[in-house]
Amino acid sequence: MIPTEDLVSEPVVSLRGARAELGSRPVLRGIDLTVDHGEVVALLGANGSGKSTAIRTVIGQVPLTGGEIRLFGTPRRDFRDWARVGYVPQRTTAAGGVPATVTEIVSSGRLSRARFGVLRKADREAVRRALELVGMADHAKDSVNALSGGQHQRVLIARALAAEPELLIMDEPMAGVDLASQEVLARTLRDQVASGTTVLLVLHELGPLEPLIDRAVVLRDGCVTHDGPPPQALGQHALPGHDHVHPHAAHDAEPIRTGLLS
Amino acid sequence: MDILNYAFMQRALLAAVLVGVTAPAVGIYLVQRRQALMGDGIGHVAMTGVGLGFLLSASPVWMAMAVSVLGTVVMELIRWYGKTRGDIALAMLFYGGMAAGVMFTNLAPGGSNANLMSYLFGSLSTVSPADVTAICCLAAFVLLITVGLRRQLFAVSQDEEFARVTGLPVRALNLLTAITAAVTVTVAMRVVGLLLVSALMVVPVAAAQQLTRSFAATFAVAVAIGVSVTIGGTVTSYYQDVPPGATIVLLTIGAFIALTVLATPLARRRARALAARQPAGDPAECVIPAGREPDSKVGV
Repeated sequence: MIPTEDLVSEPVVSLRGARAELGSRPVLRGIDLTVDHGEVVALLGANGSGKSTAIRTVIGQVPLTGGEIRLFGTPRRDFRDWARVGYVPQRTTAAGGVPATVTEIVSSGRLSRARFGVLRKADREAVRRALELVGMADHAKDSVNALSGGQHQRVLIARALAAEPELLIMDEPMAGVDLASQEVLARTLRDQVASGTTVLLVLHELGPLEPLIDRAVVLRDGCVTHDGPPPQALGQHALPGHDHVHPHAAHDAEPIRTGLLS
Repeated sequence: MDILNYAFMQRALLAAVLVGVTAPAVGIYLVQRRQALMGDGIGHVAMTGVGLGFLLSASPVWMAMAVSVLGTVVMELIRWYGKTRGDIALAMLFYGGMAAGVMFTNLAPGGSNANLMSYLFGSLSTVSPADVTAICCLAAFVLLITVGLRRQLFAVSQDEEFARVTGLPVRALNLLTAITAAVTVTVAMRVVGLLLVSALMVVPVAAAQQLTRSFAATFAVAVAIGVSVTIGGTVTSYYQDVPPGATIVLLTIGAFIALTVLATPLARRRARALAARQPAGDPAECVIPAGREPDSKVGV
């Protein structure tokens, strides 16, 4: 292995033999995954394949039991430059137990750039820009409780964009999102990618994001079974209910219970 | 205003105002992270501290604070590590704390559980000058944290997982919230009592929510309600000779009901205003747009 420090452009995200357990059940059994600068990589797989866990090890929510993760060339344990990372967790709502406006929620995404939590004019500008990117600027003062599911997701993405990150990590950003919002999100993501943002995202189905994806990594039972361009067939096969059997996984006799992308 | 001529009432009113400010200021974060009953648990644990104070002839207020801070640290540790049966562990902590409090009080020289009553349900007339000093210091600490770190605490209480990725020290902030809540319980102990303190942390926030749309406004309105009911309750208890803690809590619940009734037409008006602002291409009625097949999105 060449030391990554010697390369001009280090991978933005790199997992080497990453292992993780939930409870005592192994969920990741040694995953290799590299995301290079400016790439859009989709993690695909059935429920329980470990795709969400893989993302959660990258952000440090789930500890590794083996292997290593590097972010921008720095071992994740030593990584402190969180303003370079925007994260969209898997949520159906942006609301908490107390009412909050869209601006208040999105502002918390700016904290990684704000010193001592003080938001200056430039920070408020960045929050406003993030809201414009997802088409929620005219909802800035609304309570998130009054929003639709798709709008909640747009708020969560704006919150991640508020820090103007170089790497965007998203866990199923299209789950429960209406068609209109899906199109807005796809457009937002296209603009981000065009401006050089690196994206790692977990997806159920490629859907409207398909043209953006450079590479698809398919997980199954905590192992990578495919790493390459998203297969052409995946588009049609991605329809819910379609039991997609991937060629790389074909030798494995156990049937896929829920379908690869369901 | 003969009420202000008595030194004990001046102390009582000052303590009441400080409690009215601090309890909702901490409570809002507990409500936000859906741990509304945490204050109640801390109150139970604090009883052990009061009992220890009697037993060791130390100040019950400071002992209660030491024990409740310790108790909340243990609660946070249970939350981190004890993923299974965390509720059982918390229940044992709560009831163990209460039982130990009763036991220690009884074991104290000349002790009887009658001494405990003023701590359980509050007793404004017995607030001593030393109590007032302690309450002032503790209230200053609570306000410094809840107002000074409001953005950080908001982020952590809203979405812990996201807050971690913004680089916030999530565990330290959780611990700080818990300790601040423990301090608040001790501050409020003399005024509303350990068994009723949680009400003053939660109900003003719940009442404020009926009117507000933003976190900042909820914070301000909750504190305003908190101060109003603590002053109102204290004054009422002076003139009517009723227990202050119970009066304050009943007033708070009255405020909640009144605001809920008032807010219903307000919420309707807001919903209509929001609907009017929806773009024309987004009809409120069920219309299937041409070219979209609703069936294609049905999952398995």
